[in-house]
Amino acid sequence: MASADIYADGLRRDERLERLKLFGLSSPAILLVLVILVIPVGWLFFVSFIGADGQFSMENYERMITRKSYFRIFITTFKISLFATALCILIGYPLAYFMSQLPNRIANLCMITVLLPFWTSLLVRTYAWLVLLQKRGLVNDWAISLGLWDEPIKMVHNMTGTLIGMVHIMLPFLILPVYSAMKQIDRDLLKAASNLGASPRRAFWTVFFPLSTPGLFAGALMVFVLCLGFFVTPAVLGGGKVIMVSMKIVSNIELFVNWGAASALGVVLLTLTVLVLWIASRFLNLENIAGGGH
Amino acid sequence: MTDNIQGALPITARNITKTYGKVHALDDVSLDVKSGEFLTLLGPSGSGKTTLLMVLAGFTRPDQGSLKFGDQEMIRTAPHLRDVGMVFQNYALFPHMTVAGNVGYPLRLRNVPMPEISQRIEKALETVQLGGYGTRQIDQLSGGQKQRVALARSIVFEPRILLMDEPLSALDKKLRDRMQIELRHLHEKLGMTTVYVTHDQREALTMSDRIAVVNHGRIMQLATPQGLYEQPANRFVADFIGDSTFLPVERHGDQITYNGMPLKTSHPVPDAASLVLMLRPERVRLATKTTKTVNEFQATASELVYQGDSYLMYATMPDGTEISLRGAIRQGTVAALPKIGDHVTLALEPSDTVLIDGGDV
Repeated sequence: MASADIYADGLRRDERLERLKLFGLSSPAILLVLVILVIPVGWLFFVSFIGADGQFSMENYERMITRKSYFRIFITTFKISLFATALCILIGYPLAYFMSQLPNRIANLCMITVLLPFWTSLLVRTYAWLVLLQKRGLVNDWAISLGLWDEPIKMVHNMTGTLIGMVHIMLPFLILPVYSAMKQIDRDLLKAASNLGASPRRAFWTVFFPLSTPGLFAGALMVFVLCLGFFVTPAVLGGGKVIMVSMKIVSNIELFVNWGAASALGVVLLTLTVLVLWIASRFLNLENIAGGGH
Repeated sequence: MTDNIQGALPITARNITKTYGKVHALDDVSLDVKSGEFLTLLGPSGSGKTTLLMVLAGFTRPDQGSLKFGDQEMIRTAPHLRDVGMVFQNYALFPHMTVAGNVGYPLRLRNVPMPEISQRIEKALETVQLGGYGTRQIDQLSGGQKQRVALARSIVFEPRILLMDEPLSALDKKLRDRMQIELRHLHEKLGMTTVYVTHDQREALTMSDRIAVVNHGRIMQLATPQGLYEQPANRFVADFIGDSTFLPVERHGDQITYNGMPLKTSHPVPDAASLVLMLRPERVRLATKTTKTVNEFQATASELVYQGDSYLMYATMPDGTEISLRGAIRQGTVAALPKIGDHVTLALEPSDTVLIDGGDV
């Protein structure tokens, strides 16, 4: 029909116009991503292939393979991240569970206390741990006066201090998605389990825990990935005894002014992180990390 | 499946009270459910019907009372040890398990051997007409199918008591009507004592052996569907079950009068301070000729609604009350219907003349 054709033309034009408009509206965002993400990361890649003499070379990567110390640094980084994540799960999951069972008003209060450290400077919190954990610090003094141990224990400038600080700072990143997943679990499901003959313990392990795992995976992944690139806290509390990739990057720049070597480390760390995320994404929906659950 | 049930259990609830703050959710409720009976708790929202069901299931701990399944006292027994099946309003199916996983869940908890589990899952699914659906995921099911899975899960371990909390309220009307009949058949087949909660009076009338009408945490009346509809114990029940209008009547000794006119009734008159006459729309009819055996009222037609198979007429009574009456429409009767404003004579059989306690409950 002739009249139908006329409208078809007009409608097609409208469609094209709308798409152009949408593209126009999203262009600032695209530009922003380009400027703050694509260009710097591209530059990072480029610099990592520049040798000490300013020429294109693979020496930065070769060094990483040939020198054992680099390998050790990556192992340490992954080991600390894994430990910190495990500790966050052990502390954060029960806490999130506890909060999810509280009446909303009290749970919100608890949530504020969980989030409170977020609003304090990372550096301040890290130095606070330094003060608390040092040889003549509050923790040692109290423990000794309570008779928990006799001699002051070394709790900073080593793995213990690093882990304590990192876990403290990472905990909210685990609690938030876990809590959000737990809040979404329909309480009737637990009633149903109980009605069907499950003891409270059985009901927890067969119904509640499996349904909370998307949040747990999301939180654990977030903590792990953030730990991989963590700098301030391990640097201060590790006291140079615990070397992670991020610290090596800093020393490469500050001590040796070797941008190429630092960039290569960055590229490898980035690649490994993306790899971890990619593997994880095959098992769970990454949208969970945003805290919205599924 | 019927062969394995060692007979259904009667439920005996005595003096069950539950208060939330100052509100009596349950006010000294006593209830006997006969073995194998289909009993419905019917009431408006907030009446306490669900609270009573939750007490039976063990999810709500009452302040006082006694609850027996058969001879066994259950009031302090934990829910997971009560061995009653329950269908939840929103089905409460485990989303991380398949259909078979859900239905087999109570069997796995009871350490039933694996081959028997799969056998019984399939049998239960067939009972609810979902044979072969075992491997489906829960989110692949329609509302009606979820309903059936929930039902299969609650009967697969052969509980001798089955509780249902508004199980059909999330379904569309057509499916709901069909499920009502199906649930009824299933109950006849399995024979377990069933307590069913609903706010839908038609559903209650369709399915139940007996209905307990609940309001303000008390049982207003416990009777068969017919008893409830024909002989409501009080104004609340009469109002809640079916459509009804009430006319104030007076008592003069043995004589009951409306607007000075004596009423003939074939039912006993309750011994109450104030009485009302209950009028059901389908029981009042337009009088064609005067007879001495029926009660007659003079009224004015104030509204007439043509509904295809029937008509609905509103008529203003001499005391100003507006009542409704419904009649079938057959060939030729449309033209004979009165017009708005016409004077009409209404007739009510003595057997339909039901007087009830007009006091508030």
